[in-house]
Amino acid sequence: MLIEGQVRIPSGCAVSSIFSRSGKRFSGEDIITSIEVMHDRSNGLGGGFAGYGIYPEYKEFYALHIFYDNVSAKHECEEFLEKFFDIVNLSKIPTKKVKSITDEPLIWRYFVTPLKTKLADSQLEENEYVVKQVFRVNTNIKGAYIFSSGKNMGIFKAVGFPEEVGRFYKLDEYKGYFWTAHGRYPTNTPGWWGGAHPFGLLDYSIVHNGEISSYDANRRFIEMYGYKCTLLTDTEVITYMVDYLVRRQKLSLEETAAVIAAPFWMTIENMPESERKKHEYLRNRFSSLLITGPFSILLGFEGGIMALNDRLKLRSMVVGEKDDNVYIASEECAIRVIAPVLDKLWAPKGGQPVIFTKDRI
Amino acid sequence: MINYINPQYEVERDADRCIKCRVCERQCANLVHLYNEEADKMISYSEKCVCCHRCVSLCPTRALKIVKSNNTFKENANWSDQAMREIYIQAESGGVLLSSMGNPQPFPVYWDKMLINASQVTNPSIDPLREPMETKVYLGKKAEETVRDENGNLVCNTPVQLELSTPIMFSAMSYGSISYNAHASLARAAKELKIYYNTGEGGLHEDFYEFGANTIVQVASGRFGVYKDYLEAGAAIEIKMGQGAKPGIGGHLPGEKIVGDVSKTRMIPKGTDAISPAPHHDIYSIEDLRQLVYSLKEATAYKKPVIVKIAAVHNVAAIASGIARSGADIIAIDGFRGGTGAAPTRIRNEVGIPIELALASVDQRLREEGIRNEVSLVVGGSIRNSGDIVKAIALGADAVYIASGALIAMGCHLCRSCHTGKCNWGIATQIPELVKRLNPDVASRRLVNLISAWTHEIKEMMGGMGINSIEALRGNRLMLRGIGLTDKELKILGIKHAGE
Amino acid sequence: MKRVYADEKWCLGCKLCEYNCAFANTNQPDMAVALKNTEIVPRIKVEETGKINFAVSCRHCKNPICIQSCITGALYKENGVVMMDKNKCVNCLTCVLVCPYGAIVEDSGGSVFKCELCIKNICKEPACVKGCPNKALLFEER
Repeated sequence: MLIEGQVRIPSGCAVSSIFSRSGKRFSGEDIITSIEVMHDRSNGLGGGFAGYGIYPEYKEFYALHIFYDNVSAKHECEEFLEKFFDIVNLSKIPTKKVKSITDEPLIWRYFVTPLKTKLADSQLEENEYVVKQVFRVNTNIKGAYIFSSGKNMGIFKAVGFPEEVGRFYKLDEYKGYFWTAHGRYPTNTPGWWGGAHPFGLLDYSIVHNGEISSYDANRRFIEMYGYKCTLLTDTEVITYMVDYLVRRQKLSLEETAAVIAAPFWMTIENMPESERKKHEYLRNRFSSLLITGPFSILLGFEGGIMALNDRLKLRSMVVGEKDDNVYIASEECAIRVIAPVLDKLWAPKGGQPVIFTKDRI
Repeated sequence: MINYINPQYEVERDADRCIKCRVCERQCANLVHLYNEEADKMISYSEKCVCCHRCVSLCPTRALKIVKSNNTFKENANWSDQAMREIYIQAESGGVLLSSMGNPQPFPVYWDKMLINASQVTNPSIDPLREPMETKVYLGKKAEETVRDENGNLVCNTPVQLELSTPIMFSAMSYGSISYNAHASLARAAKELKIYYNTGEGGLHEDFYEFGANTIVQVASGRFGVYKDYLEAGAAIEIKMGQGAKPGIGGHLPGEKIVGDVSKTRMIPKGTDAISPAPHHDIYSIEDLRQLVYSLKEATAYKKPVIVKIAAVHNVAAIASGIARSGADIIAIDGFRGGTGAAPTRIRNEVGIPIELALASVDQRLREEGIRNEVSLVVGGSIRNSGDIVKAIALGADAVYIASGALIAMGCHLCRSCHTGKCNWGIATQIPELVKRLNPDVASRRLVNLISAWTHEIKEMMGGMGINSIEALRGNRLMLRGIGLTDKELKILGIKHAGE
Repeated sequence: MKRVYADEKWCLGCKLCEYNCAFANTNQPDMAVALKNTEIVPRIKVEETGKINFAVSCRHCKNPICIQSCITGALYKENGVVMMDKNKCVNCLTCVLVCPYGAIVEDSGGSVFKCELCIKNICKEPACVKGCPNKALLFEER
């Protein structure tokens, strides 16, 4: 049977997130509680979390989370990493035995910084350099898979129900100002650890619910720019698209949303002149990055979150606000279970980006 | 003299239904039908019949049909009737065989070996009657870098584009190869549909300058009718390097057809043969092409996208890659089944490759080289229905060119006798009495109907796939599956087999 | 009022209008049966000179000279359409003589007939216009 990466697997899902605008750090317990309520939206074939602000002591270093199928893959990968990075710390990611989570790969964490000389030789920006090495590991080293590569953030994922995955990784022992979670409902078995969400590249992480019909159009376009879609999942391609638009094309998040969930032409025609021109420009220039089909995505990045629904709003997503905290989830119950009393609860429109960033202090 | 060739098609007249109205006689330019007063009977001379069905269509009592003759040579799987007939013709004429319209040989039609996907359960299909369904397409180079002004606003640095309401255009057919009324019909339909038609290499009749905003003006190797006002009249300029029906050879419009306005529009004396050389004699390599592209851009102040049209030949991917780097904004590829007003039969039947394979390999190659955004891809060469269009776009085309389909909509019955100049449907002729048979009021309406109908169908198929904008279909090869194809064919098309 | 107009530019001289007219006024379902072995006498006629052809039928004039000249009142106007009451016609042929378009024809049955825009026959709209293959005949308000 083909596993993820060899075959494209559609899946349904649940997403949830908690974001503290004041940057107050809190443990991963709440996010586990939140995603657990939506147990029925997952089928035990994938769950995961991203936490931001969890590695303050190593915040200058890229935190690489890596799955290894076996020890030889680990050796090969570490040899590779040593050639390109200064590894300041490495350890097994602490886990706890959970009955339903089995067949775990070797899960390691490295805090690294690019080797100065190698970076200079490459003539690349530091971010680009890291991205390039991540792709090299993921495409060239069999049995090794870097699933998290940002600074002061980390992704934790596995095959299992999300609440079990959270406990497996002992997320109650981490503290972050922003958490996202994902429960997966892939339409085949077995799910693969690497195929679980969130999907990350540098400090972008994406959890996503939906099955985008534009997948191959998006993939074949983005692969022109050095990205390699090894997992064949929507989330992976969306992550690369966001990286391309935000980091490489220097678009704002609003502009990025106007590309991937572009307003309809008839809506654009009725906009005031300057808006109309901007939207026409973005839609035309990045037409291959339009996403069609249902999706609700939560994009995490250093200091902020963007939530976005497809332009027809074919997937549910609600936003709750209470004091400094923002909650965004597939279902209201996932918010109410951790924040029963809210200042505000609302459902974003299709294609309307919802962006929250840390208050500047 | 011995008559070696018997008619392939025969006129069959139902004597019970024929009322001797003589409409068939009046409508046949080939003089197949004749009323014989003595016998008080309509007589048919099948040997003159080209099977264009004009008489069949106009017979008010449906008394006529054209049937394949059951007169046969001794059956031979090697020496087909066609092979023998061609030899008889050439043994008599000593000349090159001429044919018209697209390659009719039984080569594989890959469109018919691909199937389209639809949503079930995990992803909803979208009803185009209830939700917006977008088919608008821009053709042209896209900017690679984001530029902002001092206030941080995006600067629109998109090079000049063509905007199409639906991804279909009428491809090049020259005034001369088709009639004034056929051109008028295409121009009017293109304007109403918010798409484009293409002048072909015969220049632009002065009456049609008013349709300039929906016109692509062509610059071919003969440079007929090309001058400043012509270049400026169109919305885009197409350099014709090749044609699918006759890759590697030029064109020849005989002097008899260079009459009146055709001569004026082509800017050549009446009665002289209009010979388009096989190559452009100022383009012997890719760097020369680049010079012509930029000459045309300079001449039109960089306000018109430049299209380079090539025939699909064996090395098409590498050629397209070169063109993408030549400054061209759009590449048009014409497959070996594309039509023609006249071509040597052997060239038409034996040269070139199918557009499906050419498109797949060009799109893939441009992506591998990271330059797919430098150009738009337009493909033609026998697009027969909206299914073909959906498949072409999913393989990677931005839009399609149709010509044979458009002619059929106007009445053409593919009798493939354009080269005789006696088109009974008023399309491929310059004889005034025949030209007037094509009333642009009727023909433009039929063209608009066809493209509107296809657009509806494209929307239905897109909706079925859960796609509500055509750009999300472009290059979306996962939406296709092959049926009955070899591994090699699947690999070239970049698709999986049905069931995978 | 809507009238039948001929456009010489598009008329091919195919004469289908003549046959469609004759057929419509037979009130029969099949043209082959209706017109087989008959000499048709249509109410529309294609005029031909050299390469110019166009079809002519009753213009339904504002002040029809035929009605003025009709001695029995067989010709009359109804909603602008010049109509013919067969029962009143005595076949004097004055109308045939006065019509400047030659649009009134003598019938073999002892009366005359003319285009009545197919109002009375089974077609209900001008059959000549409906059957014209090149839109050289138009039924419209001008």
